[in-house]
Amino acid sequence: MPESLRPRSAPPAAEPSAAPPAARLPEPSPRDRARPGALRVEGLALDAQGRRLVDIDHLALPAGGVTMVMGQNGAGKSLFLRLIHGLIAPSHGWISWGEVPCGPATRATQALVFQKPVLLRRSVAANVDFVLKARGLSRAARRERCAEMLARVGLEAHARQPARLLSGGEQQRLALARALAIRPQVLLLDEATASLDPASVLAIERIVTEAAEAGTKVIFITHDIGQARRLADDVAFLHRGRIAEHRPAAQFFLGPQSESALAYLEGRILL
Amino acid sequence: MQDFGAAFGLAFHLIATGNDNLVEIVLLSLKVSFSALTLSCLIGLPLGAFLVVRPFWGRGVVVAVLNAMMGLPPVVIGLLVYLSLSRAGPMGWLGLLYTPTAMIIAQTLLIAPIVAALARQVLEGLYTEYDEQFRSFGISRLRAAAALIVDGRYGLVTVALAGFGRAVAEVGAVIIVGGNIDHLTRVMTTAIALETSKGDLGMALALGIILMSIALGVNLAAGGLRAMAERQAYA
Repeated sequence: MPESLRPRSAPPAAEPSAAPPAARLPEPSPRDRARPGALRVEGLALDAQGRRLVDIDHLALPAGGVTMVMGQNGAGKSLFLRLIHGLIAPSHGWISWGEVPCGPATRATQALVFQKPVLLRRSVAANVDFVLKARGLSRAARRERCAEMLARVGLEAHARQPARLLSGGEQQRLALARALAIRPQVLLLDEATASLDPASVLAIERIVTEAAEAGTKVIFITHDIGQARRLADDVAFLHRGRIAEHRPAAQFFLGPQSESALAYLEGRILL
Repeated sequence: MQDFGAAFGLAFHLIATGNDNLVEIVLLSLKVSFSALTLSCLIGLPLGAFLVVRPFWGRGVVVAVLNAMMGLPPVVIGLLVYLSLSRAGPMGWLGLLYTPTAMIIAQTLLIAPIVAALARQVLEGLYTEYDEQFRSFGISRLRAAAALIVDGRYGLVTVALAGFGRAVAEVGAVIIVGGNIDHLTRVMTTAIALETSKGDLGMALALGIILMSIALGVNLAAGGLRAMAERQAYA
């Protein structure tokens, strides 16, 4: 591992002081770092056509809880999510989950829910079954898990219906059921509630919160400031491909320290 | 025009009375073309799906060749199969020349590229949509290809019907490798060619009407299936 990619030493134990809260979250303890939900990113960069789209020098997310990723359109949020999930390869840098380098092995313990749900042209139940079958579950286990997941998202009555005839909110709930069916250690959501009605947003937030409380690490991209306030344990704010700020939610919403996050929360456009 | 009217009259009479000769020819035609279609789908659908999910060096060339093969002249295919199956040819020992099997082989060679190339086009659109989600779930390429075929089933039926239409209406290949032998390898198209040249226009026209009805029926079925798929948002 190159010198710059070594784990940095944890900052000294927090001293009770009147100093302003740090712009960064405290580094996770070694025990936390080894948990599968603990993301660590060092020197991450993604270049395309001579432009640097993502440029994250250092980021460590806590192993549990809900991390909301915010930022303007084009800030690199979706690319960041695809990078840490291993769907696209970075130009430079190091990504690891619980000390395991990002790759097929870490991806297998994670699930990604897209803004527009990608549903198979099959029944609701068959959509969940497909993923479980790919994971090698037995027929009986699949049936049981499928029923359990559909009940959890309130779609059990729709099991036999064509998935693509569901409403937008129901489709996203199904996508979420399918994602949670593999019992992921990390749940990634890319603006999963954008363009949904309030009742559907609430239903999805409830499911996500339950998953987080059950120990799943949640990383959620959103444009909805209210949603971020409702769900976030910590907030990572991206601006032009960089992490402008990463702090506990309470501190972040009390008063962001970066100009870009402040402008965003105030509704100003900062280029 | 009297001939024309008389020919129509005779044609309908032959169809209405279920003329043995006519029925035999139609059934053989359907048997040969359905067999060729089945083989072509067994080859073409997995090949089309494989070309979509598995990027490899030279894939563009393979796709271009496949697309070019969609336009192969049937007589050329017939000639190549004839050369292979003739007594002096590499597969002459099989003794297949002038049998329905030879006709099935020729038609399969004719339409397998069509099925593969059209299937690839249909499944490519689907894969663009599924690709990222499949990779996120860690779906293997084999499973992805199978899933594409299952999910693209309605589009693929149209592909298969296009192949069937070409096979059943084709005359050049089957006449070369089949020889248009009465009661053995005579199919609708070769019979139409023969009866027309013999002047038996009634029989030729009866076969022509049946051939066109089959084409129409097949397309109506495809349309009905498509409408059903759209109702279920599966198209």
